[in-house]
Amino acid sequence: MSQRDSIIRNLDWPLVVMYLLLMAMGWANIYSAAYDPDHANLFDRAREYGAQSVWIVVSLLIGAGMLLVRGEFIRNLAYPTYLVVLFLLVLVLLIGREVNGAKAWFGVGGFGIQPAEFSKFATALALSKYLSGLKTLKETRARVVSAILILLPVGLIMLQPDTGTALVSGAFVLVLYREGLSGNILLIAIMAAILVVLSLIMKESIYTLPFTDIQFHGQYFLIGMLAVFTLLGFLFVNKFVFKHRRKRIYAYLLIGLLGSSAFIASVDQLIDHMPAHQQTRIRVLLGLEHDPRGYGYNVEQSKTAIGSGGFTGKGFLKGTFTKYKYVPMQSTDFIFCTVGEEWGFLGSTAVVLLFGGLILRCIQISDRQRSRFTRIYAYCVASIFFLHLMINVGMAIGLAPVIGIPLPFFSYGGSSLIGFTVLLAILVRLDAERLEHLR
Amino acid sequence: MNFNDRKYVLIAAVVFICAVFIMRLFWIQVVDQGWAARAADISERKITVYPSRGLILDRHGELLVANTPVYDIMVVPREVKNLDTLGLSELLHVPMDQVRERLRKARDYSVWKPSEFEKQVTAEQYAAISVHLYKYPGFYAQSRTLRTYPPHVGAHMLGYISEVGARKVEQDPYYKPGDVIGVGGLESYYETALRGKRGVKYVVVDVHNNVQGPFQEGRYDTLAHAGKNLYTSIDLKMQELGERLMRNKKGSIVALDPRTGEVLALVSSPTYDPELLVGRVRNTNYRVLQQDPLTPLFDRALQAQYPPGSIFKLAQAAIALQEGVITLNTSFACNKALVGCHNHPTAANVEQAVQFSCNPYFYQVFKREIEQGASKNRFEDAALGLAKWKVAMESFGLGHQPRLDLPSVKGGSIPGVAFYNRIYGEKAWSFSTIYSLSIGQGEVLVSPVQMANLAAIFANRGYYYDPHLVRAIGHPDSLNTQVQRHHTLVDDQWFPPLVEGMRRVVNEPGGTARAARIPGITVCGKTGTAENPHGKDHAVFVAFAPMEDPKVAIAVYVENSGFGGTWAAPIASLCMEQYLTDTITRPELMQRMLDANLIAEEKNYVKPAKRRRP
Ligand SMILES: [Zn+2]
Repeated sequence: MSQRDSIIRNLDWPLVVMYLLLMAMGWANIYSAAYDPDHANLFDRAREYGAQSVWIVVSLLIGAGMLLVRGEFIRNLAYPTYLVVLFLLVLVLLIGREVNGAKAWFGVGGFGIQPAEFSKFATALALSKYLSGLKTLKETRARVVSAILILLPVGLIMLQPDTGTALVSGAFVLVLYREGLSGNILLIAIMAAILVVLSLIMKESIYTLPFTDIQFHGQYFLIGMLAVFTLLGFLFVNKFVFKHRRKRIYAYLLIGLLGSSAFIASVDQLIDHMPAHQQTRIRVLLGLEHDPRGYGYNVEQSKTAIGSGGFTGKGFLKGTFTKYKYVPMQSTDFIFCTVGEEWGFLGSTAVVLLFGGLILRCIQISDRQRSRFTRIYAYCVASIFFLHLMINVGMAIGLAPVIGIPLPFFSYGGSSLIGFTVLLAILVRLDAERLEHLR
Repeated sequence: MNFNDRKYVLIAAVVFICAVFIMRLFWIQVVDQGWAARAADISERKITVYPSRGLILDRHGELLVANTPVYDIMVVPREVKNLDTLGLSELLHVPMDQVRERLRKARDYSVWKPSEFEKQVTAEQYAAISVHLYKYPGFYAQSRTLRTYPPHVGAHMLGYISEVGARKVEQDPYYKPGDVIGVGGLESYYETALRGKRGVKYVVVDVHNNVQGPFQEGRYDTLAHAGKNLYTSIDLKMQELGERLMRNKKGSIVALDPRTGEVLALVSSPTYDPELLVGRVRNTNYRVLQQDPLTPLFDRALQAQYPPGSIFKLAQAAIALQEGVITLNTSFACNKALVGCHNHPTAANVEQAVQFSCNPYFYQVFKREIEQGASKNRFEDAALGLAKWKVAMESFGLGHQPRLDLPSVKGGSIPGVAFYNRIYGEKAWSFSTIYSLSIGQGEVLVSPVQMANLAAIFANRGYYYDPHLVRAIGHPDSLNTQVQRHHTLVDDQWFPPLVEGMRRVVNEPGGTARAARIPGITVCGKTGTAENPHGKDHAVFVAFAPMEDPKVAIAVYVENSGFGGTWAAPIASLCMEQYLTDTITRPELMQRMLDANLIAEEKNYVKPAKRRRP
């Protein structure tokens, strides 16, 4: 039996089928979103669906090509790939084309390439390679190197700036957790998120110190509250905890208080230095700002489009609300609106379930690997898809902030399509080789 | 160390997020209908297609009422960007505070849907505005039509159009707030024909408010049907002349074609330019007209009711002849002790009685009509006589509403037995109580339309057609079939002698209306004077011409003008000449009529001692 036959036989067909299904649905939705009866040619490059058709063919060719590359070769190329992508990210800052205020594009003929989309699989490969060579993540050195691997591309992408794509790297925190990073870090991250939200909400109001005329912003009030709770903690510990354990708890409380205060202060600074539209987005999400024509407007329009789909949807090409451009960025960031409007609750649920299935399948694949590299890589893939699903669909239905990241296989754009295809294709190839290690 | 269990955290997170998303989708797509409603509200528009309102033409096809385009400046608040309030204020001549106020109102109504910002900008004004409108995103013009009155005549009979009232909207499901409806005149009477049928188009618009196409392939659309034209019998030239002649006078002119009952002219004075009640200026002007002490809004031709005076004698004589209480050669002395009269030779027959308009003569005629000896009791006798008389009199189109195709037509009054019983009690009145009726005074009331109709009856020698303005609706040949011929209760044979009397009134020495003569045409007429307790007497003149083949019958009523021959007869003469010959051969007479300002005179007038005039 030739090696190629065994590869095809060992391909994870459920994953491949889900991939093809999602891509087909994605194409249909872009076709519908950009449909113009005067230009019905599927490959008309002047239309978004025409260009997307070309990208799909390109992606399928690249994906198929990836399946032919031996896993060992992939593993060996992990770091070089990572370095090439880093180089591209630097290069794009120097010679890239500026679109919508972000230097994120290489112009290649009529097509544009976004190297940031490739950083996802590149980082996944590099991180898998590094983590698979480690015994434990407890060493500081290991943590620092992992952090650098993740944060280098993030930093470069932030410089473009493309906050959305940079945020997706949060997915790798889940990978690190899976590979043994202390759960406390996740817990601290969640606590930090709560603190961010609280301080943002309280920042809006001004408090007056009782019995005085001294006024101060809410975030200082928050710090004051934390101090009071810490003090209460001290008293509680002093009364109810055995003496020999008190010292440690005092230390934790103190570190917690100082850490939180410093964190709140730095969030405050960070927010103040953010671009105005980012600030507004965050504030709108927290319900601090109601501006139907501002950033909340996008979400309002998106929810309207999805809501108007009803249970069964308006039908293919009949989504008038999205078709007549009521939803901004509807073929890219808000492509889920077309799904919601034309296919209704049934269709959008199917898409959510399909993505859920894809992610769970990746976790399952991860679980059956003997190769540590493949296992970690599979987990990276699952986490990346999870973050995209959570943020993109979440924002379309008003549950997540408006962060410009694509919905895999649905959003218009060649780079993300190729990026996600390569991401999956590598996993499928590596998975197909899992039995070879038994030899 | 093995961290395999940690994968369940991710699995749980994925399942949790998917579940939350699906619940959220279920909520906004299935449970909460508000989003779907919002989408429809934003992207679907119901466009009312207003049919053009029917035109109104005169008997020769001249336009009396036409349509003219105007522009409403609309605003879609959502699209308003960087508004230069001052610039807009100057461009549209709208005060700054109004600009803000209207914008706020529009926003309150809907940020997505267009609201009217400034209504009815004329085509000339719009030409100046349109070139600058692009500087104000969110504002655009929408054209529609207003009524226009090219000859500026016929305000009363034409009526006007106005925004439909809230009560009408409630009563009639056809009307929606903001629709227009005819008020008064033909606009009101023929509202259904004129308005046509509104169409509705449902369209889908894109985010820039551009129409992208029909909603669901136009499944719910309905077609608009244009309003039908009204082909009236009005003769524009006579109408124009009549309005000019009646300027500075109070009163009315009604001209009919006796052969058909068609109204040729319908003048009420003082009148107003119908353009005053068009568009934005309507409300202001309406108030001014309403407060005018000369009551220009009052349609005297249809709604004024006067004692007819001596013209009533025509009907009296006809009925008396029919009932046989007099013969053609009956003569009565002019006994001024019975009732006042002027100096004239004794009327040897009924023709001369008409010619001289002898009051005592008709006192005797009426006495014989009332006291026919049917009962020995003179009270009962009077009641029996009056009842019979009333029926005969009503056959002349008096005492009941004419079937004219205009709203609010008054029917006048022919008092009967019940009427006097109510006033004096049963068997408490006799001829001596009601003798004023003999010469058209007292309780009898006749409208100018009925007076003209009386002239038409004598022109026709005994019958009349329902007077009407509209000959055809929609197509000039679709003739009005509602019109009926009514014969009086007086036989045809009794009319020619009376017509001869009418001829003498105009043409013989001693006639009271020699000013009504038209060169080359034999005019028959009768003057009348109605007592006016508030000032100078009202004058009336009824006539028809030519005598042999009558083509026009006319009634001219001039309030406070004294004697019927002075003003009413020449005005009637000029109008008939215009209609019959399309020329005016007596410019100096016409000038004298035009120059007369009886309204100004009236103010200086002190009522003289009471006396009767023919
Ligand atoms: Zn006399």
